[in-house]
Amino acid sequence: MEQFLYAAEVVVNGLMAGVMYALVALGFVLIYKASGVFNYAQGVMALFAALTLVGLQNGQVPFAHMINATFGTHLDTFGWTLPAIVAIALTALVMVGLAIAIEKLVLKHLVNQVPIILFMATIGLAWFLEGLGDVMWGADIKMLDVGVPKGASEALMTVTEQWTGYGFYIDRLDIWAAAIAAMLVAALMVFSQYTKQGRALRAVADDHQAALSVGISLRFIWVLVWSIAGFVALVAGIMWGSKSGVQFSLSLIALKALPVLMLGGFTSIPGAIVGGLIIGVGEKLFEFYVGPLVGGATENWFAYVLALIFLVFRPQGLFGEKIIERV
Amino acid sequence: MLYREAGDFKTSYREDSQTFPLRLDRWGYYATLAVAFLVIPLVINDYWANAVLVPFLVYSIAALGLNILTGYAGQVSLGTGGFMAVGAYATYKLSTSFPDISILIHILLAGGITAVVGMLFGLPSLRIKGFYLAVATLAAQFFLVWLFNKVPWFYNYSASGQITAPERTVLGWFVTGPQTSAPAKYLVCLVFAVGLAWIARNLTRGTVGRKWMAIRDMDIAAEIIGVNPLTAKLTAFAVSSFFVGVAGALFFSVYLGAAEVGEAFGINKSFLILFMVIIGGLGSIFGSFAGAAFLVLLPVLLKNVLVGTLGWPTDLAAHIELMIVGALIVVFLIVEPHGLAQLWRLTKEKLRLWPFPH
Repeated sequence: MEQFLYAAEVVVNGLMAGVMYALVALGFVLIYKASGVFNYAQGVMALFAALTLVGLQNGQVPFAHMINATFGTHLDTFGWTLPAIVAIALTALVMVGLAIAIEKLVLKHLVNQVPIILFMATIGLAWFLEGLGDVMWGADIKMLDVGVPKGASEALMTVTEQWTGYGFYIDRLDIWAAAIAAMLVAALMVFSQYTKQGRALRAVADDHQAALSVGISLRFIWVLVWSIAGFVALVAGIMWGSKSGVQFSLSLIALKALPVLMLGGFTSIPGAIVGGLIIGVGEKLFEFYVGPLVGGATENWFAYVLALIFLVFRPQGLFGEKIIERV
Repeated sequence: MLYREAGDFKTSYREDSQTFPLRLDRWGYYATLAVAFLVIPLVINDYWANAVLVPFLVYSIAALGLNILTGYAGQVSLGTGGFMAVGAYATYKLSTSFPDISILIHILLAGGITAVVGMLFGLPSLRIKGFYLAVATLAAQFFLVWLFNKVPWFYNYSASGQITAPERTVLGWFVTGPQTSAPAKYLVCLVFAVGLAWIARNLTRGTVGRKWMAIRDMDIAAEIIGVNPLTAKLTAFAVSSFFVGVAGALFFSVYLGAAEVGEAFGINKSFLILFMVIIGGLGSIFGSFAGAAFLVLLPVLLKNVLVGTLGWPTDLAAHIELMIVGALIVVFLIVEPHGLAQLWRLTKEKLRLWPFPH
């Protein structure tokens, strides 16, 4: 019984971790659907958003390190701190600006290129953003605190203690993340079903040429979708940043989102969520049962191998569109 | 006028099917080889060997391997770093277990072992295509790195978890270990690079290469005209992994001397080599070398300018370097998506007429 309850706790924590992966995967799916671009930079966008948020909150001087090195000054901070909500709004603006810049400087020139070239371009973009984030705000690990509660949920622990005799440990941050992710998905659904722009977005995702021919501006849709992806990245950045500090490894979670996408299918929003949950639970359980036998740290590769094996049986993922090929 | 294809007549099949059928190409090739083998070893010093030439040659071999898989056979792989690690660890295990056999044979055997591993991870390519396959190869990358980290047998139970190249000689010269001279390092890598490039060139011109290209262009159509996708894809994975394995073996034993798997063969290495292939030009042997040269020289150049001339601290310079490399890659993809090989083709086109307008 004890063992079973412990495994159940692992499952619940896996679900929570899965929500975090799904948050990143969501940004991927949005961009892939609307522009056919496989955006490797999504994880770095989350890192960049989190760095900008912390920088704005603490009133850091952007590019301080570079200015100091060039002019011999000793700039550090402006000496103010912004309230979290203002900083978040400003960061969202920065992400919109970034989306416009990406569309103007990169995407516009790469229309009609083969997917691998676009993918490579987003890797170049990822390197650029990573460098930019470090140069602007400094490369040291930062703490992000926007008022999301952290630590074990006492209430849940006592309730489960009473019911089963075993107190479940669940981080309050994870519960918040799950709630926010649910709200985000709901908002995206409402947006894409009931607004004009949302409909245009779905039309573009369906068929570029048909959308163009009924007068939808592709470039506006791209800016829109990259802005939304930037916003999703900001949310993911806040959640991951509050959980484990804002640091370089944040951009690596993007890679974890890839097997999530493969499981769920590149083109499906529910797929991203379900895939995230499966990967989250799967890797936690595997680490719990098999990890001790093989030396641990299986979380590094389990997701990829699971996705690989899964794809051999269903190449388009769980919810992906069926692949039809003609000669 | 300067570059001529006309007037180069062949009188036998042998002449017609030689590696470089055009006289001008052939002379250029011999001249390059003469400089590479006879001149450079005499003038090379440690800085040039370690910072530029040896990494250039090693990365060229890896880029050649990936180009065979991605450029010729059309299977995108992000597992190059993992396969390089297989080559490195195989050389390490072989050369410490059988110290009497020449290290050159060990390096080739390591390539063979990598080829087997590569075929194993290539099996899913029969079912999965495109980006799904690219992400699936990440499984190889992460699993192999984890394996070499966690199983102590692979690093001979050393306390640091590192592998260190034992000192080995070829014809009385040290080629691995700290006593190796710059010309020796350079020459070993050069011999492998030239030999493998020659093999790659001839493979891609022949039946095997044509099958790969048929699969790349449209696999279902290729299957219908009688290309067996199983053998074509698996030979591509095997040959490619062989090249990458040899590159990994040289990278560890000759260039680095000691390696820690996560650092030397991480995911960034996979991307770096993919960039070399893309920037050099997909489906081009020359492009593999050009791409490797570009991405080896660029950071050296940037570092010299930023740290040497502008005097910025190294950590800042490293970040700016990342920005510039990233931006340059994007610019490059926008300006010339077919890579440096295409620029070279255009140059030849121009030279054919120059200085006349028509």
